[in-house]
Amino acid sequence: MSTLLSLRHLTKRFGGLVAVDDVSFDVAGGSIVGLIGPNGAGKTTVFNLITGNYRADAGDVIFENRSIRKLPTHQIVSLGIARTFQTIRLFLKLSVIENVLAGCHCRMRSGSLAAMFRTPAQRREEREALQIALAELDFVGLTPHAEQLAENLSYGNQRLLEVARALATRPRFIILDEPAGGMNDQETDNLIRTIQSVRDRGITVLLIEHDMSLVMKACEHLVVLENGAKIAEGPPRQIKSDPKVIEAYLGPEEDA
Amino acid sequence: MKTQRQVTYAVCAAVLLIAPAFLNSYWVDVLNNVGIYAILSLSLNIILGHAGLFHMGHAAFYALGAYTTAILNTTSGLPVIWLLPLSGLVAGLAALVVARPIIHLRGDYLLIVTIGFVEIVRIALINNIFGITGGANGIFGIDRPEILGMKIRTPLGFFYFIWGFAALTIFLFDRLEKSRFGRALNYLREDEVAAQGSGIDTAHYKLVAFVIGAVWAGMVGNIFAAKMTIIAPESFNFWESVVLFMIVLLGGRGSIPGVILGAFLVLGLPELFRQFATARMLVFGAVMVAMMIFRTEGILPPPPRKYPLSRPTAPGDRA
Ligand SMILES: Nc1ncnc2c1ncn2[C@@H]1O[C@H](COP(=O)(O)OP(=O)(O)O)[C@@H](O)[C@H]1O
Ligand SMILES: [Mg+2]
Repeated sequence: MSTLLSLRHLTKRFGGLVAVDDVSFDVAGGSIVGLIGPNGAGKTTVFNLITGNYRADAGDVIFENRSIRKLPTHQIVSLGIARTFQTIRLFLKLSVIENVLAGCHCRMRSGSLAAMFRTPAQRREEREALQIALAELDFVGLTPHAEQLAENLSYGNQRLLEVARALATRPRFIILDEPAGGMNDQETDNLIRTIQSVRDRGITVLLIEHDMSLVMKACEHLVVLENGAKIAEGPPRQIKSDPKVIEAYLGPEEDA
Repeated sequence: MKTQRQVTYAVCAAVLLIAPAFLNSYWVDVLNNVGIYAILSLSLNIILGHAGLFHMGHAAFYALGAYTTAILNTTSGLPVIWLLPLSGLVAGLAALVVARPIIHLRGDYLLIVTIGFVEIVRIALINNIFGITGGANGIFGIDRPEILGMKIRTPLGFFYFIWGFAALTIFLFDRLEKSRFGRALNYLREDEVAAQGSGIDTAHYKLVAFVIGAVWAGMVGNIFAAKMTIIAPESFNFWESVVLFMIVLLGGRGSIPGVILGAFLVLGLPELFRQFATARMLVFGAVMVAMMIFRTEGILPPPPRKYPLSRPTAPGDRA
């Protein structure tokens, strides 16, 4: 399998704190990769560096053989990287379907003049976008909620809506920041199936997760961060028995 | 639902259309002013209501349009009606230049900078900048517009001109709202980081919102100049910007009917209660305060957009 995304010596400092410290790893196309590590390890910061929300102090992000380190977020999205947020960031006062339509935006062309004159191309594009948005809603199982306001969805459904919005950008690569956060067991099981069908659609997945059972079930490859640095990488079974990882991350959990 | 709204629009339009038959020219002129403010507020609504940008300098674009018309008409005799699009263009270009460096400012910072902008424009006009603005006295002798060989002079003539332009504005802005463009403005208003993360170039859309709003304000400036035949800097002061801001907030941010209602209330009610000269401003202030506390969305907030939700196709179909 070819490499889709490659992080090279990525470093990010906040004042004196090195949040991401010389991190390098590859994500193979078509895989589901987990990024794990204790709270404050720098996982979300890595995501923000990939999506251009933060600028790296050093290192590079290579996506499909080109550097995206200096690109603005919206361009990174159009290149095919979609994301969800750890702290859910929906357009709460807008309807569920409009939230998904936000994702369609970058695959549409028509501007303000086309809208005022309602050109045939503009109308066709609107129809197609709506079809795509509905299909993605259906994919995550939120069709019955299409016309509700996003703020009225349950926590778990809000997370799914973020996934649908990300998928509507037609990504090659999707990064999910704690997608199971706040979900119950049944919702988490459904989520795992959804993530697997995302991958089956040919979209590569990188996810951050605290829920170890999810990570073990869903991911083929894990990268472990601690204090901003990568301490281990490999298949889940191997990571599970890695002494460094147990000490840093799994250990305290098993004591509890 | 859709037809009910169309009926409401049609009834309001019909009432407005025949209203002049029952009103003297003073009240027709009041309606003309309401119309001018309604269009101005609709244009501000794109920036403030839809994109959520706290822009309190809209009178500056209005002034630029009015002065473009006044200067070019009085010096070169270009017909006023030709200057309508040109005035919009000049205001739009000004917006492009002014907005670009300030577009990234948030909330209250943007508010302060735009207040500064409208004051700079007003002071420049008073100081007779480039010797073409006529200083504090302004410019007089502006021609009346001529459409299809008919010169518009009377309040009634302007009534149909202004409200015709308002109807066109409503028609176009309604389409704009229900498009990719309109949605993009709402996304960036709701959550700019999420909008960018969904692939939206928020800086670009903020700029375009400013430009469209300014183009319209510039065109209204043209209509105003032609209606008054004389303009002076005091017509475009900071208070005008505040009134427009108030109309949008009071009527309902992002709501065309709300903004129009707001224009009627803010301009019409003080006229109705003229005999209570001093008390009316007090009542007005009290109403604004009550609104901000009890109905923060405005009187007529926009209803959720409706989409024709039919059967979905499988996601795999378009891979
Ligand atoms: N914008 C920021 N400004 C300052 N410090 C930050 C910022 N974002 C993250 N950090 C710090 O960087 C470290 C890593 O944070 P984060 O990437 O959110 O960790 P994780 O997602 O692994 O829990 C934390 O110590 C956090 O406080
Ligand atoms: Mg995190």
